[in-house]
Amino acid sequence: MANDNEIIDNIANKEYEFGFVTDIEMDVAPAGLNEDTIRYISAKKNEPEWLLEWRLKGLQSFGKQKLPEWQNFELPAIDFQKISYYAAPKSKKKYDSLDQVDPELLATFEKLGIPLNEQKALAGVAVDVVFDSVSVATTYKEKLKELGIIFCSFGEAVREHPELVKKYVGSVVPHSDNIFAALNAAAFSDGSFVYIPKGVRCPMELSTYFRINTENTGQFERTLIIADEGSYVSYLEGCTAPMRDENQLHAAVVELIALENAEIKYSTVQNWYPGDKDGKGGIYNFVTKRGICKGANSKISWTQVETGSAITWKYPSVILQGDNTTGEFYSVAVTKNKQIADTGTKMYHIGKNSRSRIISKGISAGQGQNSYRGLVQIGSKADDARNFTQCDSLLIGDRCGAHTFPYIESKNNTAMVEHEATTSKIGEDQIFYLNQRGIDSEKAVALIINGYAKEVLNQLPMEFAVEAQKLLSITLEGSVG
Amino acid sequence: MLIIKNLHAQVEGKQILKGLNLTVNAGEVHAIMGPNGAGKSSLASVLAGRENYEVTEGEVIFEGKDLLEMNPETRAREGVFLAFQYPIEIPGVSNINFLKTALGEIRAYRNLPALDAKEFLQLSREKQKLVEFDAKLVNRSLNEGFSGGEKKRNEIFQLAMLEPSLSILDETDSGLDIDALRIVSKGVNKLRSEKNAFIIITHYQRLLEYIVPDFVHVLYDGRIVKSGTKELALELEEKGYDWLKEKESATV
Ligand SMILES: Nc1ncnc2c1ncn2[C@@H]1O[C@H](COP(=O)(O)OP(=O)(O)OP(=O)(O)O)[C@@H](O)[C@H]1O
Ligand SMILES: [Mg+2]
Repeated sequence: MANDNEIIDNIANKEYEFGFVTDIEMDVAPAGLNEDTIRYISAKKNEPEWLLEWRLKGLQSFGKQKLPEWQNFELPAIDFQKISYYAAPKSKKKYDSLDQVDPELLATFEKLGIPLNEQKALAGVAVDVVFDSVSVATTYKEKLKELGIIFCSFGEAVREHPELVKKYVGSVVPHSDNIFAALNAAAFSDGSFVYIPKGVRCPMELSTYFRINTENTGQFERTLIIADEGSYVSYLEGCTAPMRDENQLHAAVVELIALENAEIKYSTVQNWYPGDKDGKGGIYNFVTKRGICKGANSKISWTQVETGSAITWKYPSVILQGDNTTGEFYSVAVTKNKQIADTGTKMYHIGKNSRSRIISKGISAGQGQNSYRGLVQIGSKADDARNFTQCDSLLIGDRCGAHTFPYIESKNNTAMVEHEATTSKIGEDQIFYLNQRGIDSEKAVALIINGYAKEVLNQLPMEFAVEAQKLLSITLEGSVG
Repeated sequence: MLIIKNLHAQVEGKQILKGLNLTVNAGEVHAIMGPNGAGKSSLASVLAGRENYEVTEGEVIFEGKDLLEMNPETRAREGVFLAFQYPIEIPGVSNINFLKTALGEIRAYRNLPALDAKEFLQLSREKQKLVEFDAKLVNRSLNEGFSGGEKKRNEIFQLAMLEPSLSILDETDSGLDIDALRIVSKGVNKLRSEKNAFIIITHYQRLLEYIVPDFVHVLYDGRIVKSGTKELALELEEKGYDWLKEKESATV
């Protein structure tokens, strides 16, 4: 019987498509986390004194924090002293055009299908590539500059726009927020910085591809996006990583700030190495993402498609501080083999008439475990706040699991909070029905999955929606009958 | 077109088909009747290649090829279509996109070029008209929330779109209102040609007044125990199946 189990086994046997290693000389810091390492990183980057001090505060916070214990999976022991906290390609030149870039690096991007080429440029994508820690290429900068938009690496922002960085860094995710945020504050390598001036609508999707490459280097990106009054920006973060045996820790921080009438749309396609079918290797993806709708009528929308990593642990959240603000969270999380995803969102309603909408779609195959964990908090002043949560789980086979942990805390009785949840299975019947119309099982699973995730995929910018669809299909491929 | 010889099949270790013979030529319409649990849907499932049915004996030749050797999607691409007794719902997958995928696969298998968006829409409109299918249902999720009758009509719409050579309709008439029955029958009659054939599984003689069959068979206990022309359906309507059951047990 080529039933679900066989389909799952095929999925399980599907090798990670992007598992290759680029051979480029790297400049790596000695392993270990202590004041010397932090000073080394800061000095390497020629950072100002205030940033070094902030890093050191992060290090202090880190020392005081413990690893969380509330999760419903076993957290593997992480030896923070074995990790190297800085890696940069040795050729530290700045490039004006692509043909100056290391061809092997370009070949890597090519294999990944990273749109650093003309085609994508024509499609209106400005790409800020982060190769391990240092950004090596930036396109479309000039055009954005004309509008007063700042889109650069975090390091460059520190040099060129210190007042903005100083004002906002850590304002949404403080260095003391949690152990991984503290780690990031202390040791963050690089990342992206975006500032959209008052009243400007960013005319293109801003996009960054992160990639982990060097063995045993943690990746600690820091992203800061500020949308000034009445502005709009859509930002996409996509990532894949080469195959590695040893687990790699990724503890990124993303902070979004939307001022009055501003809107930020942040989309993620995460496809890091999930480990092999026995759960060996794979990325630990422990990310703190939070946005604040600071001004009235502002809006922040998170969309994520999570298919990779051994453990994904993240809760993109929105603080709805202003009146009439809107927070959204759209998520598709896929787990297969021994992958674990514990993800969801937190919506903090503080302003009056604030709205939030949560659409979470979990897909589990193999022995994958998928948890939705969400918090909707309504403050005492948040009159007429509204939340709608829809939380669906799709199971492929009977060895996987889906769990939901919705928490609601309301201190205002004019608030309305709605929660809906469903669990369904991809049935043999559905696959057979599609087979009977000439569609093979592999395509059938892809159709069903994409149908299931449609509401979320529809939130992605057009060209990325197509990529995400493909990624979902590739990830769950394997029902060849 | 289709030759079934001495077909034995079991499901979950239970013998359902017990030596079934049937020959269907191009241009013919065969009706299959028989009591509940006789094995009619099982026959359809075996022909379509449902995995949990195991053929233990016999053979099925479809257009000169061994049908039982093929996987379900290959059978479909070769031209076998099953209108399900209970069509499945697939949330989020739009009816029209599903059909576009299906038609694309079938055409690719037959080395035909893919239809472009315009050609496909045109074809879809034409077929909607032919089987009087509600345009609103075309863009909805596949069968999701469709009424029982709407699901059945969607099966016929798909049939019209995919133009199979052998169509098996498993109780397509049950659940249809009087008007829908007429419309669906009209559609099937328009689709009938010298090149294709239909196997129509039904409990009701009424359908056979609209779609006039060339042959009527009675399937009982995993075998075809009686074959005749459309008059047989009338006789069954009148007498039920008991007289055949008695005859059958007498011969054993
Ligand atoms: N998966 C299964 N496991 C066990 N028995 C099955 C299974 N599928 C079908 N059967 C049995 O096979 C027999 C034939 O079923 P089938 O659905 O082919 O009947 P039918 O002639 O189509 O009946 P109806 O007129 O009610 O549709 C029934 O006794 C049924 O219970
Ligand atoms: Mg039946």
